[in-house]
Amino acid sequence: MGPFLARRLLHLGPVLLGVSLIVFLVLHLAPGDPAEVMLGANANKEDLARLRTQLGLDQPLHVQYVTWISHVARGDLGRSLWMKRPVLGEVLERFKATMLLTGSALLLSTIGGIALGIASATRANSLLDRLSGVASLFGASMPVFWLGIVLMVIFSLWLGWLPASGMYAPYGGGGLRDLLSHLILPAVTLAAASVTIIARLTRATMLETLGQDYVRTARAKGLGERKVVWRHALKNALIPIVTVVGVQAGYLLGGAVLTETVFAWPGVGTLVVQGILARDMPLVQGGVLVIALSFVLVNLLVDTLYAWLDPRIKFQ
Amino acid sequence: MRSHPVKVVARDDRRSNSLIGHAFARNRLAAVALAAIALAIVAALGAPWLPLPDPDAVDTPSRLQTPGTPGHPLGTDEFGRDLLSRLVWGARVSLLAGVGTAAAAMLMGVSLGLLAGYYRGWVESLIMRFTDILMAFPFILLAIAIVAGLGPGLRNAMIAIAIVGFPIYARLVRSVVLSVREREFVEAARALGSPDRLILARHVVPHLLSPVVVAFSLDVGAKILTTAGLSFLGLGTQPPTADWGSMLATGRQFVILSPHVVLLPGFAIFVMVLALNLVGDAVRDLLDPRTRAA
Repeated sequence: MGPFLARRLLHLGPVLLGVSLIVFLVLHLAPGDPAEVMLGANANKEDLARLRTQLGLDQPLHVQYVTWISHVARGDLGRSLWMKRPVLGEVLERFKATMLLTGSALLLSTIGGIALGIASATRANSLLDRLSGVASLFGASMPVFWLGIVLMVIFSLWLGWLPASGMYAPYGGGGLRDLLSHLILPAVTLAAASVTIIARLTRATMLETLGQDYVRTARAKGLGERKVVWRHALKNALIPIVTVVGVQAGYLLGGAVLTETVFAWPGVGTLVVQGILARDMPLVQGGVLVIALSFVLVNLLVDTLYAWLDPRIKFQ
Repeated sequence: MRSHPVKVVARDDRRSNSLIGHAFARNRLAAVALAAIALAIVAALGAPWLPLPDPDAVDTPSRLQTPGTPGHPLGTDEFGRDLLSRLVWGARVSLLAGVGTAAAAMLMGVSLGLLAGYYRGWVESLIMRFTDILMAFPFILLAIAIVAGLGPGLRNAMIAIAIVGFPIYARLVRSVVLSVREREFVEAARALGSPDRLILARHVVPHLLSPVVVAFSLDVGAKILTTAGLSFLGLGTQPPTADWGSMLATGRQFVILSPHVVLLPGFAIFVMVLALNLVGDAVRDLLDPRTRAA
């Protein structure tokens, strides 16, 4: 495990450098002066000059990057022009909410997807199996933001069972119960497409595994069906499932941006979108950098998990 | 390991029967999907000649009319604009954005994948490391970041989505080229002194056709979803232009009073992407027989 991890960590360096370079260059994509983009066409010369000095925009590009990355390495993501506060604190505060939403959606889609996949595989061609097939087609075609609005209309507006937006009730809110009731709709919305993807892959892998000789041997020696499925088949079907769960973790981090906007969930996604509309580039860069870094770390975690699940991977 | 012959035959029979049934059902569905796409394209292209009111004409007194109102079969939005007309005109933008971004991503990805796979060496390293870095971002986040740099608007959103989308094609094409370039006919062409350009065009590119067409047909729907997503966030199409994503975004504030303002454009996106995915699956089944059993 040690050498494998060391090699993976070594690969991490160039990727992180590349990610930081892209996030930095994003500010300079627009033709013309970034300061003017941020302050608008009507800004006066003094304000433009002040912002250029504040952000170091009067320096050559490579100097700007080195200055920026050395600040980032020290945990300084700059100051938000719109909020007039350090970006890091704001992003980290919002990051907790994003992680809560993404983590809940991942948990929901993993448990739901594997359970549904196993149920479909053990009852292939049943009504449940067919419904899960249709659901996977729908899941891949439905805009996540629309599904969110539809669920909100049904469960908040018509039935009144769950709150429509935010993380806590504005008056008399707080506490775990309040948080959970606010979390259900966004987490279900975000998880919906992933559940169907994980379920379809689990079904396919389980069908393949259940047809293997060792499963027949396990059945032949009189083992109960539950033990055959859960102990023998699932364990061996797990590696491709972990792969797709890992991919879904990344997808959920991205999808969270849209879901957060629908439900006014106070995460990094809504912060980045607000930052773009307010032309607050340091805030946008900080938010994008934090999500991208967590995406890279999730991928590292998934790779490590493979090696742990399948010892053959380490020696390749 | 010996297997029971009778049992194997029985299983194969059942499997082939279910496969034929599955393929039949899927193709019939794909035919319906194709008809839906054709209808949308015809409506989108023919929008100027259809007897529809101006999609941007504001008529405040008749705002938020429900579907079935005389003169407005699908009702009106918050400014009294006819929803059917906006949906049809919005189809132009959404379909063009989906096909346009997927085509741009494909062209960029195929060109770079060809270069990387054929020339190898530093060209390959440079291109593939760049695609690795782009793929180290969540797809929509990178698109959002690029729009942040370029500024909101449909054109910039399309550029962003095309940039974010090309690495998948580049990886696919590179892997195909890597295997084709080692084949005997390429070696023979090289030995005969054919220039690289000719070898690529005549001997390598034809092998890319099938995988790239399959990837493209499955990609258009995903690109429509992403474009709609960016418009929904206010980063794509800007008002008053109708586009399914932005219609959904602006109608969101009126969802309590008039859910149809939001439900209709969302349903349009859903049906169109579903139809594209069904046709994409059928194209894959047709061109790549290996996936038929999956």
